[in-house]
Amino acid sequence: MNASLLEVRDLKVHYPVRSGFLRRVNDHVRAVDGVSFSCRKGKTTGLVGESGSGKTTIGRAIIRLAPITSGSIHFDDQEITGLSKGGFFPLRKRMQMVFQDPFNSLNPRMSVFQIIAEPLEIHFPQMSKADRRKRAAELIDRVGLSATQLDRYPHEFSGGQRQRIGIARALAVEPEFIICDEPVSALDVSIQAQIVNLLQDLQQELGLTYLFIAHDLAVVEHISDDVLVMTGGKIVEQASAEAIYADPQSDYTKKLLEAVPKF
Amino acid sequence: MSLLEVNNLKIRFHGRDETVEAVKGIDFTLNEGETLAVVGESGSGKSVTALSLTRLLPPAPTCQSSGEIRLDGRDINSLSARELRKLRGKEIAYIFQEPSSSLNPVFTVGYQIAEAIKLHIPGEKDVTGRVIDALKAVGIRDAEKRYKAYPHEMSGGMQQRVMIAMALACEPRILVADEPTTALDVTIQKQIMDLLAEIRQQRKMSIVLITHNFGIVSGFADRVVVMFRGEIVEQGQTEDVLRNPQHPYTKALIACIPRLGSKQERLTTIDYESLVSS
Ligand SMILES: Nc1ncnc2c1ncn2[C@@H]1O[C@H](COP(=O)(O)OP(=O)(O)OP(=O)(O)O)[C@@H](O)[C@H]1O
Ligand SMILES: Nc1ncnc2c1ncn2[C@@H]1O[C@H](COP(=O)(O)OP(=O)(O)OP(=O)(O)O)[C@@H](O)[C@H]1O
Ligand SMILES: [Mg+2]
Ligand SMILES: [Mg+2]
Repeated sequence: MNASLLEVRDLKVHYPVRSGFLRRVNDHVRAVDGVSFSCRKGKTTGLVGESGSGKTTIGRAIIRLAPITSGSIHFDDQEITGLSKGGFFPLRKRMQMVFQDPFNSLNPRMSVFQIIAEPLEIHFPQMSKADRRKRAAELIDRVGLSATQLDRYPHEFSGGQRQRIGIARALAVEPEFIICDEPVSALDVSIQAQIVNLLQDLQQELGLTYLFIAHDLAVVEHISDDVLVMTGGKIVEQASAEAIYADPQSDYTKKLLEAVPKF
Repeated sequence: MSLLEVNNLKIRFHGRDETVEAVKGIDFTLNEGETLAVVGESGSGKSVTALSLTRLLPPAPTCQSSGEIRLDGRDINSLSARELRKLRGKEIAYIFQEPSSSLNPVFTVGYQIAEAIKLHIPGEKDVTGRVIDALKAVGIRDAEKRYKAYPHEMSGGMQQRVMIAMALACEPRILVADEPTTALDVTIQKQIMDLLAEIRQQRKMSIVLITHNFGIVSGFADRVVVMFRGEIVEQGQTEDVLRNPQHPYTKALIACIPRLGSKQERLTTIDYESLVSS
């Protein structure tokens, strides 16, 4: 057993639904409805499940982009839900997120270099611009793009290329923990493999911990040590990757595995 | 004559200090009722090819395209702005690769689907009912409640399904679906593909399906086009291309598909240098 880096206990995120002329709150979407799990240090926890089941919301709640209704989150044995903005700041360098929607998460007015260098500027203010440029060039190369593209803007890239820019940005500050939300969904199978191998190499070298959200069950099986399965805001099954695939317990997991298109 | 014919299509982007040749002279056709899958490398020109079909690319001088695109024998390049607007949606509808790029953040999803319905089916009496049916058909739970949600209040996969519902509400002759199921779990993915298959059959709709998912290609497409660095390196019947690929890129790509239940140490990637030199 490894020590856990992240511990989530009974997490709930409920969004108010407003309607009518006065936009009164008359209902709630229970996006995340009481989930508990942990991510072991240096390991990968796969998170799969129904579209709309709350996967992204869990990731966003961890990095404080979604409002927590109740529950607790411990990172490296520190309770982080109650931290002030300043108290949370040092953790921003230690945890990063690769967002599901690259189009929305890359600032259209910033060049690729500026996008990757921004977190470096914030967390390594002493780093020179030349060093930032060098680091950005190295990262862009590792995700299969070219340093000659650093001065281009997000709209000048394909969907899969934008997705890789988001990965390079998340890796820039050498975080310990990365929430990867559908990080390879827009990539062809070869580049997808290149990115997955890169994530695994970094894990080997630096002991990174991943929460890996994806719909591609073969990729999740390959990269994960543990797997969580969600539907309707709840975790319906959690086990080691081997166990879930070899011997699924919940009806939903069985249904998922059966629906994988065969080729 | 095919429904859609593309001849010697070239697309170029002029940046500040470099020119990207995104598409380097490709040819393909699409028949009525046929599903054509477009697969290939990330960045190989699939999405820009799709956009060029109704002249949705950025204007000159940023982007220049040449070649011939014929729909029912009509040259797309000869159409007026008005004719083009009529063509988009009604004749050729899109499911764009990134939903957030095409859903309007300030209107509810229900409103946006309703607008599409009103535009394309003018006589419709019960627009709201139709919107709710459309949302149910793509598997949105609590459709009666959710049609008042704004795009940012929906998950990635729900936004993708809203776009699918919008494109289908137009009852197009040709559906261009650019990675339509990347944010969907496999059970909903199956539901969507079944829905498309049903509509394809009922209305003889043709589909251009851009995807990285070979499972979907295998179960759904009649023919496949394989793109690599702006060129079509191979095209043919789905069975032939998948079982017996001819081009080294296609072979190498298929060898990279991760398989459920076959644990590998490392995933296979393409050695591009040996590919380009061979
Ligand atoms: N800002 C918000 N306001 C209201 N509801 C929201 C908001 N964000 C998310 N939701 C709702 O919370 C639920 C969970 O969404 P989430 O994005 O976490 O799903 P997901 O599991 O990531 O789905 P997908 O696989 O489709 O990306 C959905 O019903 C969604 O509509
Ligand atoms: N507006 C633009 N300006 C400059 N270059 C562009 C622009 N749009 C696309 N490109 C370039 O054109 C090429 C083809 O892009 P396209 O979006 O068609 O790729 P794709 O095959 O759809 O890839 P993906 O599978 O990653 O979505 C890419 O190299 C991209 O960088
Ligand atoms: Mg999500
Ligand atoms: Mg694309």
